[in-house]
Amino acid sequence: MATAVINENENKALWAGGVEPLKASYGKLMMWFFLLSDALTFSGLLVSYGFARYAHNAYTGVIDDFKASIAYWPVPEKVFTHIPFFHIDAPLVFVGLMTFILILSSVTMVLAVEAGHRNDKKDVQKWMLWTVLGGIAFLSCQAWEWIIFITGSTDGLIVNDPDGTVRHIFGANLIQNEYGPRMFADLFFVITGFHGTHVLSGVIINIFVFYNVAFGTYERLGSYEMVEKVGLYWHFIDLVWVFVFTFYYLV
Amino acid sequence: MEHTHNQHSAEVQPRDPAKVKQILKVTLYLAILTAIEFVLAFTMGRGYLLTSIFVLLTFVKTFLIVGEFMHLKHEVKVLIWAIILPSMFIMWLILAMLMESNHMFEAIINIFGK
Repeated sequence: MATAVINENENKALWAGGVEPLKASYGKLMMWFFLLSDALTFSGLLVSYGFARYAHNAYTGVIDDFKASIAYWPVPEKVFTHIPFFHIDAPLVFVGLMTFILILSSVTMVLAVEAGHRNDKKDVQKWMLWTVLGGIAFLSCQAWEWIIFITGSTDGLIVNDPDGTVRHIFGANLIQNEYGPRMFADLFFVITGFHGTHVLSGVIINIFVFYNVAFGTYERLGSYEMVEKVGLYWHFIDLVWVFVFTFYYLV
Repeated sequence: MEHTHNQHSAEVQPRDPAKVKQILKVTLYLAILTAIEFVLAFTMGRGYLLTSIFVLLTFVKTFLIVGEFMHLKHEVKVLIWAIILPSMFIMWLILAMLMESNHMFEAIINIFGK
């Protein structure tokens, strides 16, 4: 009986203000809840991808004989087969590289957060710089992939429209797509574009944080918590890419 | 000189090899899981089994990234549930919508033919 009363008082004190019941600062908590809402946005995109995919015929033939057509949804490994400098058929290799780069930049971010806990300015600075470089490398890869996707192959695709007109399509944009149905290209641009925008804003924020670390702002404040907050955002971007990689490129 | 020295600035602590080792271990797991996904994409036939494996591996990767990199595993229990519970609803939303999309496709075929 007595212990119950004491616990109740403790609980009241815990939530009465002045302390952190969740042992996380206001800024960190709000970052978590922002990420939750952002997860909802990406879920919306994922669901629209599922809807579009079910609304089109699936390719049923042998995968090695796959030929692009607007009649069925393409097999992604037969679409993303290019790597820079080499003119060989390398399915998904480049996307794998991009995934690897983003995971590595996530790792350097964890190391920056870890160094922040130790108030080690030099280490934080070093790892933040690597994280920024990783983000820029990822964005460059994505830009290259977009260019290849938009330019298209040398042969293109010949489409016979129902009204009798014949179109010769090269590459993909929001109106036409040589790799498959129009929706495939639309969703590619929207999903990877929305994710890319997140990476871009993440890189810009990381550059600001790097600047503040280098000029000793957080050293003066006595806390590197800002590195932790942008770290949460950066890991979330990495996580979203894990989902995009699985559901857009693999499945 | 003494008055310019900020009283908040804390001491620089040495690196903790155990923590760094843990981070590298998680990195290794993530790399291995991605490699497995990569290999399966080319060696296995497409279908429900492969998709389920991909979804499962993605969840394991999510667990590693959110739990270790975002440090959620080591937070207070209330905070963990405050994040996990809404996420579970989001997962259900995705699953429900995908099931719905299947019915929509069937309905479109039944009504308009294909």
